[in-house]
Amino acid sequence: MNTNALKKELTGDNDMNDWTKVVALDDIPQLGSRVIATDTMKIAVFRTASDEVFAMKDECPHKKGPLSQGIVHGTSVTCPLHNWKIDLASGEVLGPDEGCTNVFPAKVESGTVYIAFS
Amino acid sequence: MKEKLVLVGNGMAGVRALEELFKHNTTEEKGSDQYDITVIGAEPHPNYNRIMLSPVLAGEQTINDIILNSPEWYEENNIELVTGDPAIEISRIQRSVITESGKEFPYDRLLIATGSTPFIIPVPGAEKEGVLGFRDIHDVDTMVQAAKEYKKAVVIGGGLLGLEAANGLMKQGMDVTVVHLLDALMERQLDKPASDLLKASLEQRGMKFLMEAQTAEILGDKRVTSVKFADGSEVEADLVVMAVGIRPNFELAQKAGIHCERGIVVNDTMQTFDPVIYSVGECVQHRGACYGLVAPLFEQAKVAANHLAQVGSTRYIGSMTSTKLKVTGIDLFSAGEFNEQEGDEVLQMQDVASGVYKKLVLKDNVIKGAVMFGDTMDGTWYFSLMRDAANIADFRRTILFGQHDLGDAGHGEASAVMSLPDDAEICGCNGVSKGDIVQAISKNGIFTLDEVRAHTKASSSCGSCTGLVESILASTVGEGYDATPSKKAICACTDCSHDEVIDAIKDHELKTMPVVREFLEWKTPDGCAACRPALNYYLMARWPEEYKDDAQSRFINERAHGNIQKDGTYSVVPRMFGGLVKPNELRAIADVCDKFDVPEMKVTGGQRIDLFGIKKEDLPAMWKDLTDAGFVSGHAYGKAMRTVKTCAGKTWCRFGTQNSTGLGVKLEELTWGSYMQHKFKLAVSGCPRNCAEATIKDFGVVCVDSGYELHIGGNGGIKVRVTDLLCKVETEEEVLEYCAAFTQKYREEAHYLERTAPWVERVGLTYIKECILDDENERKALAERFRISQKVAQVDPWKERAEGQASHEFTQIKIAG
Repeated sequence: MNTNALKKELTGDNDMNDWTKVVALDDIPQLGSRVIATDTMKIAVFRTASDEVFAMKDECPHKKGPLSQGIVHGTSVTCPLHNWKIDLASGEVLGPDEGCTNVFPAKVESGTVYIAFS
Repeated sequence: MKEKLVLVGNGMAGVRALEELFKHNTTEEKGSDQYDITVIGAEPHPNYNRIMLSPVLAGEQTINDIILNSPEWYEENNIELVTGDPAIEISRIQRSVITESGKEFPYDRLLIATGSTPFIIPVPGAEKEGVLGFRDIHDVDTMVQAAKEYKKAVVIGGGLLGLEAANGLMKQGMDVTVVHLLDALMERQLDKPASDLLKASLEQRGMKFLMEAQTAEILGDKRVTSVKFADGSEVEADLVVMAVGIRPNFELAQKAGIHCERGIVVNDTMQTFDPVIYSVGECVQHRGACYGLVAPLFEQAKVAANHLAQVGSTRYIGSMTSTKLKVTGIDLFSAGEFNEQEGDEVLQMQDVASGVYKKLVLKDNVIKGAVMFGDTMDGTWYFSLMRDAANIADFRRTILFGQHDLGDAGHGEASAVMSLPDDAEICGCNGVSKGDIVQAISKNGIFTLDEVRAHTKASSSCGSCTGLVESILASTVGEGYDATPSKKAICACTDCSHDEVIDAIKDHELKTMPVVREFLEWKTPDGCAACRPALNYYLMARWPEEYKDDAQSRFINERAHGNIQKDGTYSVVPRMFGGLVKPNELRAIADVCDKFDVPEMKVTGGQRIDLFGIKKEDLPAMWKDLTDAGFVSGHAYGKAMRTVKTCAGKTWCRFGTQNSTGLGVKLEELTWGSYMQHKFKLAVSGCPRNCAEATIKDFGVVCVDSGYELHIGGNGGIKVRVTDLLCKVETEEEVLEYCAAFTQKYREEAHYLERTAPWVERVGLTYIKECILDDENERKALAERFRISQKVAQVDPWKERAEGQASHEFTQIKIAG
């Protein structure tokens, strides 16, 4: 099962989510990210080498470093401040450090990225 | 259907081989995706850290602390675990292993890791109650129990293991006498002076010694009461621990007809004479050598796993080992051939009053062996020089004073790690104490520096405490410590070292990252945050005109062309060539600060102006104003050429001998924009008073009346290093040519993130002189390659972005809600 499908299952996504259109997939570099600014917070949306997308709060659980500025590899990102590694799908810090950041369901449909902010 | 792999011996080497094997899985499956695995162990425990038995005996740790693989680990990895039921027969015809209880386990491949057994001296009475070896948890239990009931202990054997046992028993409250056959303790690891210092230090703690005493008989009724020696004398004993040596445990293999000499004989792929049977660990004899230390066993495990997984790309070629004694408070280090032979040279330093002794044995300026007592801080450094067979001629005069003789910032002047209290701060960046590190090492079963870094963060920021952390690691895990692996991989994505990658890119003309990763069999599809920036740099440095820089493989600073600060804002440093600046330029900077509400400005150490607290979205607009005023990027954020610092020079200064500012401008015009392995700083001083501090720069020029002294490899940061003098030249043109050649030599050959100071130390000043001074053609070719590279590099990234390039990097997407 690929990560997106797994995520779909975990989030119980049968389009019950309230999807918001955020950006064209092509406007995010592969192995890169964009920052989405809402009224209340900043969200990082990542694109992997295989064009999967992930969204999470733009804050490392360690010292609130902006994860959007990190280097993306596989399905994880390394925080630019102190090199903590965070799993993009779950928001969990990959060992031996511990912590977790909020993730939001994200999907790509006909070249457009959608995020469910709820 | 999977093949069956049976491991006989549930110990550190065998289980490590299984862990290494799992790393070769091509699927997500837990355990091995190639084999069904059965592990047969004689002891009733899961795999534990045998090295840590000494601290358990000393009461510093419990048995639970030293379990390496819990029963759940075996279950999770689908391993059938048989404990407390030793294997007693291997049938090579049936291809099966039979255990004591009569069970039979068929195999397709067999791995024998039966370890070793303590050697019990065959004297009369050796079988009495209270006489034992020091090898497993059972022995430790017996000793701890005995310490509760009895008072007097005798340890036979004054080697590493014997002294650790004696120390542990003393900690348990026993009165301990160590009996040694020779006149010097640990004679296989220490020379006489070091051995005497060790003995004095242990005597001070209350340990007693009987030297040159040959054990003749163990006396007593049922239980031991005393030990009798060849000269007729006796010493009382309620407990006798024999620690005179270990012997490889190969009876099982020998009975099955597998060729054994002093151990089970294996080839470079860890196969025995029966090619489906492998063997690793202390039971093995490889190229005539048997190893009793953990580091080599782990290297063997890696090779065996590689072969079992049918990758077959590595060979074991033997190990060089070093030794540390795990007795709290005693700093001792030994490696190699420390007793000089004819033709060897000895460097020696002895300070009896402060209990410090250091000795290096050299042959042709290469270290053959080292013994240290009291101050072992540099043991790991000497060991890696020895392992690399490095020529030490360039720093022979100071080598005994260590690598750290010039102020290391951040952790005081600690040199004798084991005498530090637990609350001593080791890592000043991350606030990690000695106690934190020791606890992390023992709790998590750690053997390498990288693991300590991952678990504690110690030594993971500026790295200045690396030597101290290595020392603690070495003292805590003793001989198991893997200080300087013979080959250091760039990161977990690959087995290749930096040099192998650099060479492959050049020799095989690899020109893109995917091609490099495929050619060198990278284990991850797109690398990681450690290897991607390195590969991107190596390709850019080798193929400046062809390679297309990959922004996503740049650390954020080099992608955003500013320095990320702790709050996520950026800092901006405009370039001022040679540190010179004009009124209109200063006005432009002031205007920019007003316009963008810059909260703080500061003059930097490199004579530039730093503007702090800039929002990322504002960067391109700010750069537009700055480039309009004639500035280019100062690259203060990059692994790149940073600044040329200058003094006033002869235009104004009454001492100045040359035009240092003018030359500084020329040097900066030559080198700006160049990306490097690390930051790179220059300076030009107008006279030997050296106001521009040129002798702690990567490339420094000190002007004298008759010309220019060129200095290289200095560093004013974590480890202060004064430059080496490269040469003296007469003209500015020569300064520029030598600078370009040296810079390019570094750019082509140093490891990513290695500054010139450690690079010069690693390759040696002599080598650099040979390339740049002795060979004019080579110098000119290097300078020419630098010029070609600069044609591409000297495009101002700020101007490009002010004009709209990479705008996605600087714009946020606003969403209501």
